[in-house]
Amino acid sequence: MRQGSRAIQQLKQFKLLLITLLRYCSIALFTALLFLPFKGLNAAGIMFICILALLSVVSLLKKTKIIDAIKTIRIPEIKRFQRFFIPVFLISSAALPFILKDYYIDVLIMSGIYILLALGLNIIVGFTGLLNLGFAAFYAIGAYTYAIANTKIGLGFWASLPISASFAAIAGLLLAIPALRLRGDYLAIVTLGFGEIVRLILNNWDSLTNGPNGITGIARPLIMGFSLAQLEYYYYLIFVFVILAVVVIKRVESSRIGRAWIAIKENEIAASSMGINTTKYKLYAFTFGTFWAGIAGILFSAKMQFVSPESFTFMESILILSMIILGGIGNTYGAIIGAFILVILPEVLREVQLYRMLILGIGLVLLMIFRPQGILGGVKGVHFRS
Amino acid sequence: MLLQQLINGLTLGGVYAIIAIGYTMVYGILELINFAHGEIYMLGAYLAIIFLGLFTAMGLTAASIPIALILTAILTIIFCSAYGFTIEKVAYKPLRNAPRLSPLISAIGVSIFLQNYVMLTQGATDKVFPHRFGEAGFQFMDVNVTYLQALIILVSGLLMFFLHLFIHKTRMGKAMRATAQDKTMAALVGINVDNIISATFIIGAGLAAVAGIMVASYYGLVNYFIGYIAGIKAFTAAVLGGIGNIPGAMLGGIILGLVESTGSAYISSEYKDAYAFIILIIILLIKPSGILGKTTEEKV
Repeated sequence: MRQGSRAIQQLKQFKLLLITLLRYCSIALFTALLFLPFKGLNAAGIMFICILALLSVVSLLKKTKIIDAIKTIRIPEIKRFQRFFIPVFLISSAALPFILKDYYIDVLIMSGIYILLALGLNIIVGFTGLLNLGFAAFYAIGAYTYAIANTKIGLGFWASLPISASFAAIAGLLLAIPALRLRGDYLAIVTLGFGEIVRLILNNWDSLTNGPNGITGIARPLIMGFSLAQLEYYYYLIFVFVILAVVVIKRVESSRIGRAWIAIKENEIAASSMGINTTKYKLYAFTFGTFWAGIAGILFSAKMQFVSPESFTFMESILILSMIILGGIGNTYGAIIGAFILVILPEVLREVQLYRMLILGIGLVLLMIFRPQGILGGVKGVHFRS
Repeated sequence: MLLQQLINGLTLGGVYAIIAIGYTMVYGILELINFAHGEIYMLGAYLAIIFLGLFTAMGLTAASIPIALILTAILTIIFCSAYGFTIEKVAYKPLRNAPRLSPLISAIGVSIFLQNYVMLTQGATDKVFPHRFGEAGFQFMDVNVTYLQALIILVSGLLMFFLHLFIHKTRMGKAMRATAQDKTMAALVGINVDNIISATFIIGAGLAAVAGIMVASYYGLVNYFIGYIAGIKAFTAAVLGGIGNIPGAMLGGIILGLVESTGSAYISSEYKDAYAFIILIIILLIKPSGILGKTTEEKV
């Protein structure tokens, strides 16, 4: 009797397994067929096997609760280790140029510039919850301001620095004044449109921007008549700016203004009923965020000694947004980590260069499904509201 | 000259309107800017070229062009609808209850993936549509209208008309409207919300496929990045007309097409792509809810 029921149970289990397998096979077949017209039968076959394997792995992982762990695990608060972590980080970063090859220093300089951008965007998207899809436009304004001022008027780096930064900030302010009347997604699309308009102007205003060919021969910064032509010196310059940005942004974040921003993100109506002038603080966020984009822009054009509209596309805006999402939206350290990873990763993946955008695309989807709060997790208990 | 531009604009506007409907339907139900929608249009254009090339190789095109074209259209629509369905299941459904930013980022991820997938498999160079329609046409009030233009205007008009009927006269359409108003209440009265969302994506993707076929045959050239700019413009059209509002999307698309063609003829063709955004910003400043949109108060 007992044996009989066990046999039935085994049969049931077998049936269940068979059904699951059949289901997976049909899903895989369906998905593989979608790839058929683009790459032919072989690729579809490979896709079929890949998807089948993926489904089985995911269903196995679900049983072991690894996925739940990925979703909920908390990376320890950096704050707790701040005393230890920050000095180590500072000293090792300062020592890096002595031990690394030029190529790596170059990558580090680029990641420094992107860290500045990510920090700036994090103020707008992460703190205040205003989705900005055209951030590269402000980066472009900063870069082009210096490029034009330097090549046409002969203005130096330090003289241009405040001009670049304030031009970007003013552009941010001018866009924000009308755009902030809009809610959520509309704001996203207006910023996106602004990004496109800026790129089109750079592309077509030949007399000022030299069109798609870009501007060449931009000077490196001088310090007391001494040109920062060597990569190491430039690295330190960027390093100083990043430290400055982190310190300033951290201070502002914990000030009255920063708390107002987070209140606006949490619940705009509640914030305004608590007496926060939401429009004013949103304008602050936009201006302050784009200010850093301007600084990143001037550092970029001084580093490259060349700017062209190619560097400021919509993909660039998306890349910066991906950085802060990867790190954990609203988290300053997260923005740094995210920017660092997304600059380093393409260099590591140089072997499969063609596929890296493909991987970025899949990665974004997977990140959203399995760990939407990013690596460090956003600010505690904060949800994004648009 | 002006009338010629109007005809060109109407052709373009028809295409934008059909893509915009897909955006507006998805936004109406999920409040999601479906960034991947433009890529489905791009996939449609590519699939049309691939299938028509296949039929040409099989000798079907030589036998009868209309049959080959119709078969191409049917296959393309089926495949694109399947893409739309799959994208929703893979990238958006797991995020149904996530904060609003998550599905948006996921959509951007899908868009990047599809663009690069097509670039890798089909090459980064322009693809040529295998069949040329030529300049043959008829005279309409001193203006030369090619048969293809007439066909595009006709097809987009018909599609909009049938969609309108579908939304307002069928059970499914009624269920869609109910879901767009309130998902929870719709579920409570026995509507299968998941199925409705799938249906929305399938219809939207099918329409985008038609737009893709039309553009591929009209311009004769496609590239893997056409989806991005067309998608943004179509979304602009949807916002212009009032997002979530289907007649609004149609109106917005046509206005956008007209402005773009007259603008590039009379002002400057270099800034062709900027007109869409300039109009968008102006409209949003004057009437943020769009031309036909209703203003909704934000709830606590």
